[in-house]
Formats: sequence, structure tokens, C-alpha cells
Amino acid sequence: MTTITTGGARPGATASPGPAAKAKARRDGHGMRGSTRTFWLFAGPFLAGLLLFVYVPVGWSFYLSLFQAQNTVTPTKFVGLDNYADILTEGPFTDSLWTFTLFALIVVPLTFVLALALALLVHRIRVARAFFRSVFFIPTACSYVVASMVWKLSIFNGVRFGLANTVLGWFGIEPVAWIGTVSPPWYWLVLVTVRLWLQLGFYMILFLAALQQIPKELYEAAWTDGARPGRQTFRHITLPQLRTTSVAVILLLLIAAYQAFDEFYNLLPNTPYARPPLVYLYYTALGQGQDFGHGSAGALVLSALITMVTLLQGRIFGFGKADS
Amino acid sequence: MSPEQNPSRSFGRRSFLRASGTVAAAGFLAACGGNTGRGGGSAGGKAAISQWYHQYGEAGTQQAALRYAKAYTKADVSVQWIPGDYASKLSSGLVSSNGPDVFEFHPDVQMAKSGQIVPLDDIIADVKSDFTEKDLAANSVDGKVYGIRMIDDPQFLYYRKSLLEKAGVQPPTTFDELIDVSRKLDKGGVKGLYLGLKGGSDILASPLIWATGSELLTADHKVAFDTPATVEGLKKMRELYTSKTLLLGAPTDWWDPSAFTQGLTAMQWCGLWAMPGIQKALGDDFGIVPLPGIGSAGRPVVYNGGWSTYVSAKAKDVDAAKAFVKWLWIEQTKFQEDWCTSYGFHIPPRKSLAAKATKLQSGTAAEAVKLFETKGHYDDPYWTQAMMTISQDMVNNAVVSGKNPESEVAKARTRVEAELKKIA
Repeated sequence: MTTITTGGARPGATASPGPAAKAKARRDGHGMRGSTRTFWLFAGPFLAGLLLFVYVPVGWSFYLSLFQAQNTVTPTKFVGLDNYADILTEGPFTDSLWTFTLFALIVVPLTFVLALALALLVHRIRVARAFFRSVFFIPTACSYVVASMVWKLSIFNGVRFGLANTVLGWFGIEPVAWIGTVSPPWYWLVLVTVRLWLQLGFYMILFLAALQQIPKELYEAAWTDGARPGRQTFRHITLPQLRTTSVAVILLLLIAAYQAFDEFYNLLPNTPYARPPLVYLYYTALGQGQDFGHGSAGALVLSALITMVTLLQGRIFGFGKADS
Repeated sequence: MSPEQNPSRSFGRRSFLRASGTVAAAGFLAACGGNTGRGGGSAGGKAAISQWYHQYGEAGTQQAALRYAKAYTKADVSVQWIPGDYASKLSSGLVSSNGPDVFEFHPDVQMAKSGQIVPLDDIIADVKSDFTEKDLAANSVDGKVYGIRMIDDPQFLYYRKSLLEKAGVQPPTTFDELIDVSRKLDKGGVKGLYLGLKGGSDILASPLIWATGSELLTADHKVAFDTPATVEGLKKMRELYTSKTLLLGAPTDWWDPSAFTQGLTAMQWCGLWAMPGIQKALGDDFGIVPLPGIGSAGRPVVYNGGWSTYVSAKAKDVDAAKAFVKWLWIEQTKFQEDWCTSYGFHIPPRKSLAAKATKLQSGTAAEAVKLFETKGHYDDPYWTQAMMTISQDMVNNAVVSGKNPESEVAKARTRVEAELKKIA
């Protein structure tokens, strides 16, 4: 860049020192300013987007959370921390946190174990590798809404001609109202299976990638030293080597569980027994409630919780440390 | 396979970012591409009016709404036909600048108090006496009329006559009889009673309280539902729920008569609107009863739902929007008649039109009109969406989850009082 600029005075340009010097100065600066400009060209739109679509809404949310913002996003009645106090006293929001906790306790370990098992199977397979990888990954491409509808209307339909009930009927078992009953809470089966079906493939791919990164030499060395293939090498080589990925997977799974909305919203009616935080906040703020004050307070509490859990997890498992 | 050949480590993260980026972009596009129904400004100097309806289930209604809009010559009216959760979409529409100018909804004090809707006293003035007192009261806040009632929709219990005869039972007149009849009808793959996907905890929340003789709020807007009778009502409802005779998890909710007409249930809570469809499917093989009363102060209850039309304060041209509402829902009586009786059945809120509605003057439809007049309970505009959710949670917790009804009522009372404070 600089080599061009030094010889850059156009032939035939006026010899007066003023403009030429200016031009030179401009061009000399071009190298540095050019890279600055390139930086802003690449980073600018994303920073602007981040600012406009993330930081401004978060800031506005905080502002709203301090006001009584009923049916308006430009409130006037300041209430201080009342909204936070309301939302943190025992009620539907705290209930929703318990619902989420239960959901996470079921779905996170289950996905983790099944995704790892699936990855191990697919990793060892010798025939039709690409087929098996894609066949398990394809559901990830399906929309949560569509999957929820299929689960609700055809598979776990509560009437006698639903798929699951038809199968039960072959064994002479009475139809089960899958999503309409809390004792026994069959709706958990529906909620968990739809999420498993949708997300297993994605986490399987993450594990598969990590499995393929484990150097073969490690296994060979272990075998030479007399380790038996199977459980022993899995426990002492495979699992430790998967540590980074495992931590990332757990973190991603937890956050995904926190964000649970689609399947709850689409599978179940708005009931207090199965309402995770986001669904509750949706009904409070964006839905019929239009209570943006309490909604924003809840959203910020939820964000704080997610941040805390992530940091805590980083502390415990040392997320990111293994890489460096 | 050696690690060098394998880009898999970055694959997960990259594909993840790419995938999430695509999702975000798609969401963004979808949000921007939403048809606001506003067209490209006003054509030919005429005002452009966006009118929102929820999705009516009866065939022909959407075409009718479009026809009315097209017949209006003083402005370009574009109709948005909104499927799914209408209340939520409307709420967010009204807060944004992409909301409707004219829309249908239920009376809600918060919309009036927060200045989202404008009073319509001037356009209803000439015909005010033609609307029933109760319809006007249900749409009034602080003495101002905010909505023009379009249709009145009573809701009650439908039952299959032939199935009751076969089981040797009479239509229920008390709540205990209802539980008993539901038990006896539950056989051979046909369930006894269908109260919707939530087992009635949503749609019956208010009717249940009324049926015990209690009220939701007092006339001066204080909590009135926290009575021993309400607790008793919740216990009875729990008894019905745990009888295992309710149809749960049907493909459609209570407002759609399919579960009833397809023989999945012998009785169903539904509205007058479904009657033509039920008649077509079942002929004369059905009857209706109100929700039976509960306890010593109990009374049979019909829920008078319905829809009214409102004008958004954010309408681009509020006067043009009001003029359109006046034209369609005050002056065009032919259209109003068509809207009420040509598709589903609805009771015209105008006395003069109700008198002419011959389809509603015989048979079960006439019975429904009589129940509407004698046993009907209207929405209270001060009973807001938030309070509805609170009472529905109360019923759901006590009936479906089996929690202690006394403490559920007490909890609901505290929460409703907090809501009332907001609108005081």
C-alpha cells in the first residue's frame, strides 16, 4: 500500500506545493486509516447491530423494570424496585423457575448421555457413515413449532386415535391424555421426547467432532500397555479427552433449557404447572398482560441467573481453560 | 483419521454460529416482512384503515369481512385475519406503531385507562337505546362507551340426546347431577364431558364462580370472589375432574365443536356460534343446558361472551376510523345481520335486529337466546386479562393439580388486589 502512495503524485498535476503536500499527507495516512476503516467496515455493522438490538433493549428493559409500565413502553410512574420485589415473592414467576429447574434436571443429563452414546456408536460404525451422521442430525433442522405440532396432534394426541394411544390400544390399555393430565405427569414425557429428538443430533455432532480429535496414538499406547479396549479405555482416555467438549455441551444444554419456550408454548395450554420462565414472561409482558414493568424485571432476573450459572460452571469445570 | 485432516473441532462452533445467525436473520426478516395491512399509503387521497379480526372458525366469515371492507367507499380498508393467539398479537400490535386502526376485542378497562382506545360515544349516540343496557355497561369505563358490540355469544353445555337416553339419564340440573351424568355417559370410547384442553380451568373459571352464587368483583371494583362458596365450587370441580370422565387432549379446544360432533364426547361446553355446524352434523340429536349451580346459593350460568369493535388511539386517522366503525357497525344493518346469522349463530346486540333474526326464533337456538337473556353473565371490563389469568391459575391449581382450594383462593385474592391497585 505504501509503495503505491509514495509514487502516487499524478503526472501533470499542478506543481504548487499546497495541494500536492495535502495529497501526500492524505495518502501517507491512508495505510493506517485504511486498516482502521477496514476494521470499522467489518466490525461496524455488527457493533451497530449489537448496540441497537442487544444493548439498547437491555438498557430499556432495565428502565422499564423500574416503572409501572402497563400497556405502554414509555411509562411515567416510577416504582423503584417494587417490580423486582413482586416478581421474586412466591408466585407464578418463582414457580416457573422450579418448572425450569425440573426440566433442566431431566433434559440436560439425558441429552448429554444419549448424545455421547450416539456419537460413540456413529464414530465406530464402518459402513454408511455419512448416512448415519446425517440421519441423526437432520431433526436439528426441524422447527420446534413444527415438531411440537406433530407431537401434539399426531403422536401424543389424547384421543383414542392418536399414534401413542393406538399402540397402547393394541395391548388393551386405555387411552392416555398425554398433555392434559398432571397425575401422572405424562406431559413431561411429551416435552422431553420432543426436545431430545430435536437436539440430540446437534450435540452428537459436537461429541463426534471431539472423538475424532483424540489422537489414535493414545489408544495404541494404552493397548500396548495392556489396557483392554472398551470400558477401561473409555474411562481413562476417551472421557478425559472429551472434557472441553463436555463442559461446553453442558453449558449449551443448560442455556438451551433456560430458553425453553417453543415446545412449552405450542404443546401445552397456558397452565401454571408447566410454565417455564420465558413462557410466563411472554404472557406477562408481550401477551395479554402487557405488563412491561414486571416483564422486564423478570427478564433481567433471568439474565442474571443465566450469567451466574454460567460463571459458576466456568469456576467449577474451568470452561475455556483447557484450550489455553 | 488424524486430527490434522479433521476440521471437526471448529465445525461444531462454526456451524452453530452459522445456524444461529441464519435463525436470527430469518426471525428478523419475518418481523420486517409482516404485513401490517397498511398498503403503500393512501391511494387516491383516501384514508387507509387497517382492521383486525380474530380467526372465526365458521366457513365464509373471512370472505364476509372482506366484502364489508370493500363495500366502504370513503377509505381503503384492509382486513387482517389473525389466527392463533389473537389477544397477544393484538396487545403487541397496540403498543407498537404497526397495530390496527380498528379492531375487535373484549371490554378491557386497561386499554381505556392507558389511552389505547378512544371513546365512541359520539358515533353510538343516535342508536344507544337500541343496544341492551348490559351490553353498553360491559363496554363502558367511567361513563364513556369505548366499544360497539358486534355479536353476543352465549356459551353453555351441549349434550347428545340419544346418548343420554341410552344411558337412562336426564340432562343435568345440579352440579352433582352433572358429575353423575358424566360418569354414566363415559363408556365405549366416548368420554362424558369435554371442557377444553385445560379441563375447563380456563373457560369455566368465571362461570364456575358465578355458578356458586359469588361474583368476581363488587360493583365498586373490589374483590368479591373469595367466598366459601367459591372454595366449594373448586372442590366440586375437582370432583368432576378426578372422575376421569372428562375428555382431555382432544385435537381442538372447547370453542370448536369437532370433539362433540365426531362422537369423542357426549357433552361439551361450547358456544351458540357452533350450533349451525352441530345441527348439520347431528340433526336434532342434541340439546343445551346452562352450567348447573353449585351449593345452596348456586345458580345456573350461561356465559355471555361476544366481540366488540374498538378504535385505536394510535390510528393514523382516528376520525376516519371512527367513521368506518359507524358505517359498518351502526348504519349497515344488513351486514350486521349477515355477520350474526349467516355463518355461525350469534345474537345481534341491536334489539331491532335481534327481533328480526328469524333463525334464532325457533328450536334450540331460541332456547339459547332465552338462556342468554335469563341466565347470562357478561364480562366486567374491570376484570382484566391479568385477572383472568390469575383466576384461571387458581382453578387450574385447585382442580387439575389438586392443591388446597382455600389457599389458592387466598393467593388469587392477593394477586387480584395488586392488579386492581394498578388500575385504580
